[in-house]
Amino acid sequence: MAATFCGGRNMGEILLPLLVLCPLAASLIAFACAGRVGAGGIGAIACAGVGISAVLGVVVSAILLRGPATGALQVMLWPWMRVAGFSADIAFMLDRISMLMILVVTIVGLLIHVYAAGYMRDDPGIARFFGCMTLFVAAMLVLVLSPDLLCLFGGGGGVGLCSYLLIGFWYDDPANTAAARKAFYMTRMGDVALLCAMLLLAGATGSLRIGTVLAAVANGQVSPTGVNMAAFFILVGALAKSAQIPFQAWLPDAMAGPTPTSALIHAATMVTAGVYLIARLHGLFAMAVPVMALMAVLGALTLLMGACVALAQSDLKRILAWSTISQLGYMFLALGCGAWQAALFHLMTHAFFKALLFLSAGAVIMRARHEQDIFRLGGLRHAMPGLTAAFVTGASALAGLPLVTAGFYSKEMILSGVWRAHFDLTHGWGAGGHPLWGIGLLGAFLTALYIFRCIFIVFCGKADTVATGRTSRLMSIPLGCLCVLSVCGGMIEMPAPLPRPHLFSAFIDPASLLPHVDEPFWPVLAGAAAPLAGVWAAWVVWGRSASVMRDMPGRPMRLLAWLAQHAIPGRAIMGTGRMTQATSTLIFRARTGFLDMLGVWAGRSAGWAGRLLERLHDGRMRRYAAWIAGGLCAGLALAVLS
Amino acid sequence: MDPFSFNDTLLLATILFSVGLAGVLVRRNMVFMLMSLDIMLNATALVFVGAGARWHDATGQVMFLMILALAAVETAVGLAIILCLHARGRPTLDADGGNLLRGAEHG
Repeated sequence: MAATFCGGRNMGEILLPLLVLCPLAASLIAFACAGRVGAGGIGAIACAGVGISAVLGVVVSAILLRGPATGALQVMLWPWMRVAGFSADIAFMLDRISMLMILVVTIVGLLIHVYAAGYMRDDPGIARFFGCMTLFVAAMLVLVLSPDLLCLFGGGGGVGLCSYLLIGFWYDDPANTAAARKAFYMTRMGDVALLCAMLLLAGATGSLRIGTVLAAVANGQVSPTGVNMAAFFILVGALAKSAQIPFQAWLPDAMAGPTPTSALIHAATMVTAGVYLIARLHGLFAMAVPVMALMAVLGALTLLMGACVALAQSDLKRILAWSTISQLGYMFLALGCGAWQAALFHLMTHAFFKALLFLSAGAVIMRARHEQDIFRLGGLRHAMPGLTAAFVTGASALAGLPLVTAGFYSKEMILSGVWRAHFDLTHGWGAGGHPLWGIGLLGAFLTALYIFRCIFIVFCGKADTVATGRTSRLMSIPLGCLCVLSVCGGMIEMPAPLPRPHLFSAFIDPASLLPHVDEPFWPVLAGAAAPLAGVWAAWVVWGRSASVMRDMPGRPMRLLAWLAQHAIPGRAIMGTGRMTQATSTLIFRARTGFLDMLGVWAGRSAGWAGRLLERLHDGRMRRYAAWIAGGLCAGLALAVLS
Repeated sequence: MDPFSFNDTLLLATILFSVGLAGVLVRRNMVFMLMSLDIMLNATALVFVGAGARWHDATGQVMFLMILALAAVETAVGLAIILCLHARGRPTLDADGGNLLRGAEHG
């Protein structure tokens, strides 16, 4: 058995780099074949690249699962740099956290690629599109598989670049390129913070290997202040990547890209990077209690704000974008409370149902002649029953309808983790997680409210939208797969007070499998009741009521509409941006003024000196003679008088 | 004994030199400038002769002969330059006119 396992290990070490190489090769081929291969061929190449990667992912996961629970596959490709006191390698490592991530990235990514092959069929830039998409997947795999913070940073850079390219895919419209730049700048800001954290950690521990860093932190090699600072900077980086307060502004604008891109960014790749980073470094964060508390509070605020803004939006894709921000807020809340397993679980189920929601919304929009305003859509359930079923499945999972959807289980896990949390900020004074649990529960209610508002407005009521065309087979098959995953993906983990199975906890972190027998059961019931209440409220307000109510968010919703229109966080960020701009203009003026003055003075004095020299060399013999005589006299006088 | 003392000789030489220098500096006519240069050379020659008489040394007179030859040569060269300028189509004796550093103007 040991021998076979060793053999499997070696095979895993060969397969692991191939996992990244396949999408990369597909990307290069797609870029190189631009204009030479038809749309179908390009789509097939991209799907094949990601598909092989998905198969390899399953194989290496099987190899890993045959080993011990804490084991990891490590492949060192080549040393990157060796200097005194620091070294870095290009390497890949597969442990259980990264295994979950590669499965999510490759499988959801594959489904999105298959869908995109149908969705983008008629776009002239399809080669560029698929080149960027597969490159995106490859960069995300590098990020997820790297055992080294430096490699991870490199993967993050690749992800940022691809998101920029894809959000600005239709670059003819200046609004799209502006959105792309916004996303790029905001995630770059986070990267700066991440770089600060890396420098701190490298200075303190001499290495950026995650295992080494975590061990050094656990041994107390790093001062508590250093740990707090590093955790804070990493948190800022993760907040920027995952579009949390105060960096949330880029994600809704990222809707400018094609719909499969939105699905890829929101579900499988980009925004999950921040959650993954913190889950990967949970040992570091466990030592930094204030940062954890800050993270939990920011996550709770973000989830409330995202849900409120989504409630007042009228653009179908924007509703989904804000719901992503809100759901990521749940994950950060869980991470802040130390329940990183729950965050990863929610990341997985969220990837399933958010991809489903985006893809079905994209298909709906495509067939409704690119109409995105939910108030101009209506009664679509008659025209497209299949898409309606898919969207309702995804929405139920997002809302977390009890027992039948994946979202319920992951949300329950998060809520129970938050319920148990306790922040020991200073000695003798701490705060429990119960207020945050209340916010999470309110968020669950609002989530069900806004997504079912969307459903009742778009799919129910009178059929006043003319639907055209059919959804192609290429697009409907991924939707079916995602439906199945959105329904069944959560059943591997029952809420904590219930008996088995707890497969996910057992898989990701066997040490956390402690019996929590003393927990009351009513929080679970409350968590199950909140979404149902939300659905009921949505039915009362938008489902059965007159059309007056439907068009307006209504009096209680005006504040929310105002919030969304004025986007106070966005305003604040704009204000900050303007201030920065003004400051930089001031500095610029001061600098240029100073330089100008210097330049003018230098020019003038050079002119004077030039005129003086010109007097010396004006070509008049008599003046030369005068200079000679004068110089001679001066020299003589000097010689005589001294 | 000597009709002139050495000091008187030096004073005369200085006056001559100053007159010659002033002539070089203020006159614009090249012929007059050459003449002023000759005055300056003669002033120096006078110093040599006076010094030779003072120390009873013939070297001073030898130097005078050399300076005489030098002055003749210098005048010849200067006049040749003036003639050249005339030949190149610049029929003027104004020294300040030749400050263009452009060599000969053809045509």
